[in-house]
Amino acid sequence: MFDLMRAASDPDFTAIPLYSDRCPAGFPSPAQDFVEAELDLNQYCIARPSSTYFVRAIGNSMTDIGLHSGDLMIVDKAVQARHGDIVIAEIEGEFTVKRLLLKPRPGLQAMNSAYPTLWPEPEHLQIFGVVTAFVHKTRSHD
Amino acid sequence: MFALADVNSFYASCEAVFRPDLRGKPICVLSNNDGNVIARNASAKKYGIKMGIPWFQLKNMHFPEKIHVFSSNYELYASLSNRTLSLIEEMAIRAERYSIDEIFLTIQGLDKYFNYEDYGRQLREHVYRGTGLTIGVGSGISKTLAKSAQWASKEWPEFNGVLILHPNNPRRTEKLLSLQPVEEVWGVGRRIAKKLSTMGITTALQLAQANPAFIRRHFSVVLERTVRELNGESCIALEDAPPAKQQIVCSRSFGQRVMTYEAMRQAVCQHAERAAEKLRGERQFCRQIAVFIKTSPFSATPYYGNVASEKIHIPTHDTRDIIAAAISALDRIWVDGYRYAKAGVMLNDFTPTGVSQLNLFDDIQPRERSEELMKVLDGINHSGLGKIWFAGRGIAPEWQMKREMLSPAYTTRWSDIPCASI
Repeated sequence: MFDLMRAASDPDFTAIPLYSDRCPAGFPSPAQDFVEAELDLNQYCIARPSSTYFVRAIGNSMTDIGLHSGDLMIVDKAVQARHGDIVIAEIEGEFTVKRLLLKPRPGLQAMNSAYPTLWPEPEHLQIFGVVTAFVHKTRSHD
Repeated sequence: MFALADVNSFYASCEAVFRPDLRGKPICVLSNNDGNVIARNASAKKYGIKMGIPWFQLKNMHFPEKIHVFSSNYELYASLSNRTLSLIEEMAIRAERYSIDEIFLTIQGLDKYFNYEDYGRQLREHVYRGTGLTIGVGSGISKTLAKSAQWASKEWPEFNGVLILHPNNPRRTEKLLSLQPVEEVWGVGRRIAKKLSTMGITTALQLAQANPAFIRRHFSVVLERTVRELNGESCIALEDAPPAKQQIVCSRSFGQRVMTYEAMRQAVCQHAERAAEKLRGERQFCRQIAVFIKTSPFSATPYYGNVASEKIHIPTHDTRDIIAAAISALDRIWVDGYRYAKAGVMLNDFTPTGVSQLNLFDDIQPRERSEELMKVLDGINHSGLGKIWFAGRGIAPEWQMKREMLSPAYTTRWSDIPCASI
């Protein structure tokens, strides 16, 4: 069975969905052969995706290094921590952000000068991972 | 040579990765709807907590210290599984993901560079550093022997989780197989083990020494292969990466039995939504949508289960099409008066694009701007800022899966990532 189609009453407004893909009729883009992938922030910040975790920083701002409450830290769990690295340490069952000291002996320097540096026994020094970068958003609602 | 790596107490260990306060504490994980214990870590096993014990029983038992109990957090387990298996693949020539926490590797020829034990230990170290999870590694000349070695590495802690069955040390292999109960052998289920025991075969070694032709005659060619594998003849090759998914299934047992059509329609609607989202994640379109519903086979009331499917002319990944088809399939199989325990939606017959030959006289047309709408939908739902869903699945359904002790999705949801104090 066929439904007979009525002629459009207003020919100006009839859309004919014949080909939906646009075909550029002008000169082809001279840049076409030079297209590269856009820059990827993940690639810039993350060397080892399988061992990288995101951790939120909470607490008094540590303005020395520009880390503020609410900032997103990029933490590599597999990388070997070195003297002076910002690390996520496990202290009394909680994660805290500290600067790792290995000289003269292993210690955890607080990110806030109001707090003392800790000198845990080496066997109790648990490092979750090394903070390799952090992201601070400058507009709060974006 | 094959190796099999698996994560020790996988689910329970995942729960402690982001909880430094739980290091060394007893942890149990419950099945769907918080029914039974399905995973325990070593500390929980020490207190004699058995696999499968119902939660309501465990709740009323007394222990010298607190047992930390969690609902299954499959979002977390899937994420950590993927990380663990990727870390292992980084160190492997070829690998086959076997389950959520097990992976087979070929390690043939690696002994030119290090001995297999060292390789196993490096693999363990690599995974531990990347995830905090501990793996066990078993290795042998066939996949079945690798699996037996992995079993033994768990039984005897003195191996420190790495056990290699060298082909040039047959006495060790023999010793191990003589200690392994036949039902623990890869590919031997409980039914086969029972039948074997009537023939006097109770250990892996006895199975290895059985006549292959006899085994084939009384069981199957599959079990004959197991016998050959136990004797160091590799018959089962590593399976390569599975082809792109050709089916998506979303199903759940209900938190409580569903008896009204309205509640069932909501459940099917929600499964259809989730399936459609997964389908778009795979960048596929589907042409067939099936729905199944069933009552519990274990209850005293009569059993009913049925399945129906709908064909779609134009391949789709639009949630609206998939919900509509799922509901019309449900309408064909719904019967009043049963206490339904489970429902699910299956998507089949995939194509990589939504393009198909349109029929000039068809009254079904592709939906306008479907692509854009679905992108907006997924964008909002993946942002972590909020969720939107189709009204058909209801707002606070009472049949929702019970997960009362669910831990955060630490690695897959922005609102759930772990915190560290400055």
